[in-house]
This record gives sequence, C-alpha cells and structure tokens, in this order.
Amino acid sequence: MIVTVDRKRQVLLLKLATWVLALSPLGWLVWLTVTRQLGADAVDTLLHRMGDFTLIILLTALAITPLRRLTGWNVLIRIRRLVGLFGFFYLTLHFLIYLVLDQTLDWEFILEDLTKRPYAVVGFAAWLLLIPLALTSTRGWVRRLGKRWRKLHKLVYVAVALGLLHFYWQVKADTFWPLVAAAVYVVLLTLRVRPRTASN
Amino acid sequence: MLIRKPNDIASSEITPERVYLDRRKFIADATKLTVAGAAAGVLLGRGRDLSGQEGEDQQVDWSQMRSELGEELNPYEHVTTHNNYYEFGTGKRDPVRNAQEFQPRPWSITVEGECTNPGTFDLADFIKPSKMEDRIYRLRCVEAWSMVIPWRGFPLKDVIDRAAPNGNAKFVEFTTLYDPDRMPGQRRNVLRWPYVEGLRLDEAMHPLTILVTGVYGRDLPNQNGAPLRLIIPWKYGFKGIKGIVKMRFTERMPRNSWAIATPREYGFYANVNPEVDHPRWSQAREDRLSDESFGFIPRRNWIPTRMFNGYGDQVAHLYDGMDLRVDF
Repeated sequence: MIVTVDRKRQVLLLKLATWVLALSPLGWLVWLTVTRQLGADAVDTLLHRMGDFTLIILLTALAITPLRRLTGWNVLIRIRRLVGLFGFFYLTLHFLIYLVLDQTLDWEFILEDLTKRPYAVVGFAAWLLLIPLALTSTRGWVRRLGKRWRKLHKLVYVAVALGLLHFYWQVKADTFWPLVAAAVYVVLLTLRVRPRTASN
Repeated sequence: MLIRKPNDIASSEITPERVYLDRRKFIADATKLTVAGAAAGVLLGRGRDLSGQEGEDQQVDWSQMRSELGEELNPYEHVTTHNNYYEFGTGKRDPVRNAQEFQPRPWSITVEGECTNPGTFDLADFIKPSKMEDRIYRLRCVEAWSMVIPWRGFPLKDVIDRAAPNGNAKFVEFTTLYDPDRMPGQRRNVLRWPYVEGLRLDEAMHPLTILVTGVYGRDLPNQNGAPLRLIIPWKYGFKGIKGIVKMRFTERMPRNSWAIATPREYGFYANVNPEVDHPRWSQAREDRLSDESFGFIPRRNWIPTRMFNGYGDQVAHLYDGMDLRVDF
C-alpha cells in the first residue's frame, strides 16, 4: 500500500536525519581535537561540551511525545528510543572523558568525587539510572516487559532531573544555562502531565 | 651575548624568584644580586626601568626561562586565551574574544582611605617611580588548574609607601573598573559589580606581591587585566584583581566579590592550601596546563599542589597562629 511505503520512507529518512544530527556534535568535537582548537584547557572543553550535548539530546528525547501530540506527526515516536540512546551514548562519553582524560584514572580521587561531591554523585546516579533503560531499549525487551516497559522508562525523567542538578551544581556563579535547561525540562514535564489529567 | 640557561646556574645560586636578568649588566651585577637575593630570601630580579617600553623584548629567550623549581613557562597563548575575567564573560575563552575592543587608556587610579597621600593619578604617573621587573610566578587558580607565567610589574609596596597609610590602615581594598558599556560581562549580575578584592596590609606590603602591567615582556593584554592588575602568587588566582581603578586603605576587612557571592566556598585569605578542599573539589592537586595527551587526545597533567603555592618559606610567617581551615 502506498501509505505504508510512504510511512516507511518517512521513518527511514527520519532515522537517517537523527543519526546525522546526533553524531554531528561528536564529529565537531573530534575535529576540534584533531586540529587542536579546544583551547588551553582542552579536557575541560571536551568534558563540558559532551555534558551539554547529553542534556540537549535527552531533553530532545523528552520533547518528542509533546511534539507528536502538538503536530499530530505520529512518525516521530519511531525515533524516540534512538534519540534517547544517543543521549546515553553522549553521557557515557562524558563519563569516560571524566574517568580517563580528566581524572587520568586516579581511582582515589574518582572515588572521593563519586561519594563525597554532591554534583558528581548526582551525575553518576543519572548515568547508573540510564543503564537499565539503555539495556531494555531493544524491541525484544519492549515486548517482554509490556506495560512495565513504559513505567520503567519514565525513569528518564528522574535521570534528566539529576543531570540538571549536576549541571547547576558544577557552575561557579553563572547559572544562566542550567536554569534555561531546567525551564525547558519543566515545560516538557507539564506538557506530559497535563493531557492525562485532562482526560481523566 | 650571554644567555643564561637554567643548567648554567649552580643549584646553590637558584633562588626562589630567579627571573629575567639584564645581560648587559649581568656579569658586573651577578655577585651582588646573588648575595642580595640570598640575604632577602628572594631574588627580586634585576630592577630595570622598563616604563614606557612597549612591544616584545626580543633579547629575552623566554623558552629558556624556568621557574625556580625548574618548571617550564606556559606559552603566551595559554596565558592570554585561558582567562577568568567575568567582566568579559564567564567562559575561559570569553575574555580573549570580548576584550579586544577595550581601550585601557586613558586610565587613572584613585588612592583613598586611611593614608596621608590620597589622590587620583594618571596611570603613567602612578607607575613611573617604580622599577619594572620580570618575575616568573606560578599561578594557581581556585578551580585546580595552574600555569607558570613571566609577569612584568613592580612591588605593590612601592605605591603603598608613597600613599603612606596611617595607623588605622589594616587592609587594602582594590576595585575594578565598573563600565558595562566597555565590559559586557557587567551587564549581567553574575557577581556583584564592581569586582572587589582585598589584602591585609602586611600581605600587600610583602615583596612577592606585585602590581602587573605586562606579561612575557609585552604590555598586559586586555583579557589579562590591562592596564593594571594584582598578582599575589601564594593565593588563588581570583585574588589577583584586574583592571584596577581604586585602592583604598581601610581599618576593616574588605568584603571581596567571591566571598560575597559564595561565602561557603571562597574566603578572604584564599591562600593556596592543599589541605583545605573546595566544597566541590579537592585542592590537593592541580592540573598544570600543558599539551599532555594520549596521541592527539588531550589529558590532564595533575601535579601535587604545594602549601602557599610553594612560597611558604617566604609567606607562612604571615599566618602564624591562624587556623587556615577557618580563615580559608
């Protein structure tokens, strides 16, 4: 049928666009690294930009359902898991940069950070929380878990909240961007909650 | 022409502030300098009148220069592109971008408060009586990164002596220019403007404390605090106030900007201290900015942080009997 072919093509294009868009920040950072344009504190730049992209991508994932409802463009739902996985991918890179390039695998300091420094603790917790979501993102797990899958994946809201706290706590004085990100999160959260209460 | 390389120098001769030496006079003055340096516990460098001199001093081979610990200098590019100067933005690379238009002349400095000779002075008159020196200092940022930098400047004590503080003067308070039209970062209330810093009078009079007008033998770039900034090498970098327009002698301890903003995290003294952690990170080590890498992938260059940034033998006595955990 024409409709399904169209939809298939739409999904394909959308997925392709997602891959390209989601990987371009990484490409940009690799370019800056190779061409030595990261500045005097190159590790800081890598670490912070990777953190920025993590939050941007995860907030984008949270925006998909509200956007789908708003526009009626239901195909969007097909890239939600993919976008979420890219968020986890960037967060993992962020964490690896922290471990290897920032801390140079000095476990004494890493352990101290991850147990004593609140901003590091919440950031680490966000990553831990997203692991089961990433692992259960396959079609098989979606089927196996059924209704519980949706419940489990609501945890992404908790993880993003922790990520925002991590962002807010690690800035020295300029809280502008952490607050912008938090505002976006609150808007998205209310958009998710409202329709259900209205239909109840 | 004699160029003095680090390995030419007997270890007995290495003094804490071995710095630029005027080679034209070097041979004649060498003995005198070494003796004077040893006597004072600090070699303050060949006093040399550099005022009015602009442009790079081609005679100095900076790449041969080392700190007294043998540490390499951070390149000019590090020093001038990685700055905390919130008046020009909060990112490390904002100041170099946003300060290019800034005109650091004409410039005047007001000296006021508890002193005999207050007044407002044109910058040139303010610095003219002092002999400019090049000094290689470690700079330890409270954010746990550090550099080794050849500053050009003169002891703050010079201008304090001329101002002649009276018996009430216990502290010196410094203020940065407040001009949101010229300093775009001041259009947002990230900190309370203008930026204020302060020192106890004995800290201010200490021979290591300098007013800086240049770096790497050149005029201070805007992003580094042109035309006049403070450097106190045993304290965290934020004490080194930039773009200074006012000095005030006070009886009471000044309230400095970062201590106002986050009193739990930043104090008045802000002495480099590996034993007192920042609430959010350890101060036991520092990333000496470098080009360390795994292949082309950059990595940090952690080194242990030293008490008073390694200047303890010269400044520790200032804090005898104080609990530096309380007065952090």
